[in-house]
Amino acid sequence: MDQFKHILDTFFFAIFPYVTIFTFFMVTIQRYRSKAYTYSSLSSQFLENKQHFWGMVPFHYGIISVLLAHFIWFLVPETVLWWNSIPVRLYVMEVGMFIFGLMTFIGLLNIILRRRNNALAKIVTSKADWVVLGFLTVQVVTGLYTAYFYRWGSSWFAASLTPYLWSVIKFSPDLTYITAMPFMVKAHIVSAYSIILLFPFTRLVHALVVPNPYLWRKSQVVRWNWNRKTIRNPKNNS
Amino acid sequence: MDIRSQISMVFHLDKCIGCHTCSIACKNIWTDRKGTEYMWWNNVETKPGTGFPTRWEDQDKYKGGWELVDGELKLKSTSKSKTITNIFHNPTMPTMDDYYEPWSYKYKDLFDAPAGDDQPTAKPISMVTGDYMDIEAGPNWDDDLSGSPIYAENDINLDVLSDEQRDQLFAIERLMMFYFPRICNHCVNPSCVASCPSGALYKRGEDGIVLLDQERCRAWRSCISACPYKKTYYNWNTGKSEKCILCFPRIETGQAPACFHSCVGRIRYLGVLLYDADKIEETAKHPDHELVDAQREMILDPFDENVIREAKKNGISESTLKAAQESPVYKFVKEWGIALPPHVEYRTLPMLFYVPPMLPVMSAQEGDSVRSINEEYFPDFDKARVPIKYLASMFGGGNESHLRYVLKKQSAIRAYRRALTVGDIDVLEAEKALVEADCNPEEADKIYKLTSLCTFEDRFVIPPSHREEAIEMMKDPLEHKQEVGFGFNDSPERGM
Repeated sequence: MDQFKHILDTFFFAIFPYVTIFTFFMVTIQRYRSKAYTYSSLSSQFLENKQHFWGMVPFHYGIISVLLAHFIWFLVPETVLWWNSIPVRLYVMEVGMFIFGLMTFIGLLNIILRRRNNALAKIVTSKADWVVLGFLTVQVVTGLYTAYFYRWGSSWFAASLTPYLWSVIKFSPDLTYITAMPFMVKAHIVSAYSIILLFPFTRLVHALVVPNPYLWRKSQVVRWNWNRKTIRNPKNNS
Repeated sequence: MDIRSQISMVFHLDKCIGCHTCSIACKNIWTDRKGTEYMWWNNVETKPGTGFPTRWEDQDKYKGGWELVDGELKLKSTSKSKTITNIFHNPTMPTMDDYYEPWSYKYKDLFDAPAGDDQPTAKPISMVTGDYMDIEAGPNWDDDLSGSPIYAENDINLDVLSDEQRDQLFAIERLMMFYFPRICNHCVNPSCVASCPSGALYKRGEDGIVLLDQERCRAWRSCISACPYKKTYYNWNTGKSEKCILCFPRIETGQAPACFHSCVGRIRYLGVLLYDADKIEETAKHPDHELVDAQREMILDPFDENVIREAKKNGISESTLKAAQESPVYKFVKEWGIALPPHVEYRTLPMLFYVPPMLPVMSAQEGDSVRSINEEYFPDFDKARVPIKYLASMFGGGNESHLRYVLKKQSAIRAYRRALTVGDIDVLEAEKALVEADCNPEEADKIYKLTSLCTFEDRFVIPPSHREEAIEMMKDPLEHKQEVGFGFNDSPERGM
């Protein structure tokens, strides 16, 4: 039995991560190079506008906050542990993050209901969308479960998961902490890897094309069919 | 000076008969694909009316175009910070309800129905879901004032009128309407381009056609609300926005765009205008009532030696300059001053201009006799069935003087032509009236000819687009010549 558990752990936490990350990079880059056309948020707001708000807004604000928190935990675990050393701060942080998690969940629920019940939104919902929504649900539910039932989820992350994630990145996966984790935490991690694996094959890629250049580009865009620099250069037009 | 060349247009509304041939020509070529069925890159509206999409001119609702805030031009719908907060849900985006759900009919039932007492019918089916549907709206539901109490009375341009004027407008004996064909205005200060977070929308440097790069569009939907004319459309199937491309493949081969080419009333003119790009912002910042003049000021004289020299310096070719000198649009807009931009107060500096319609003067006021041209050369425009204020709201940025000028000139020319051809008006008197209307016999003759006797060559002066130079930037043109047509194209498949 232990042998079997060991094999499973090794597969999911030492091999699977590399499969997903490798696929992620290969396919997203290849897809962008050969089929940039398919990088789109594929918005369905045009077809249904009201439920759209109650799905999209809480979901995106929720998931972006939660993902950002995960990233901070991963980058500066010591700071997180220092912050959590005073109970009041720990409570504030845990409750805050839990609220963002709930927002994500409510948004996700609305998205699922909208895509299931609205005849127009249904038309533009592909099978891949349902797979994504399914995995996201597992991800959010296991995350919320961990946050609610394991009261120091956040310190746990900083002290045990961050070293594991770093070990994966350094190509020497260390499963010491992982093997002892409760099932829900493990499920959360495996589902996260699965989403990374799904990422390049689904609409999730729209997250990679957030339009940040808009913030610093000029308001008008002109494309020339001649080289403006040489033509406008006075040296060429004596 | 930064001189640029722009393919511009004039629509002569007096000649439009509202036949929708332009719309159909466009639809057959460009928007007959899945996801585009509801789009009408070219549509014809009846005014007064709410248009397509319904009440598109209501910028309190849709927030299209620019506004002047503390002397700065700001997009009404979005800004750099609002783009971040509204990217998940665009609060001012029109939805399919504001356009209409496209439909077809189940024609197969006509053939397959079992024999019975009744005629079989072809039931309408939605082109989105494929299910049976009840048709509730169409793209020209208010055609010819149909459903006036719902549509015409809700025309936003009527808001400038007093209640009394409004009521009169819909009295049976005063009833009037005119047609308002619309395509993308290919603006000089396009708000769709300025709003696009992905930078997918752009203006072509060489001819000013505004295009939407399908590869770069990520469906953030900003352009849909930012365009005050609602001439960018969202393709719900591909998840990309689309818009009128002014049939650039036709223009590049010297043909007029399909809607121009097919125009039955020959109301459409197309030609080059030269303008000074350094003045775009300054021009768009003028107060509403000065905008028409300011935009005209920005358009340059293609015969001016200084302009020609600067234009050449900027890479504008000899052939384009020649087209600019022969441009019918330049004549209508600048030389004669009888074509006006639509809703110039949106500050996008549209490059499609309209010759406003000569609307019938009230006749009911004087019993059953129609006012005779013999008595007065200029009909009293203030007694016209449509208040001049209404036209000024559409074509003058609220400034009535432009409308008076155009209508006066047009009616003087009519009187003059009548004097020459029918002969029941004294020619000398008619010539005097021309001068009063800031015109003269030679100009009147030219306007008459370009309005009434115009050929394809007169109406469409299309410069060579010199695509060969564009190829030079990327590869050896001779090599390109041998390779063109080979390779692979991806079909526009929706992402997963």
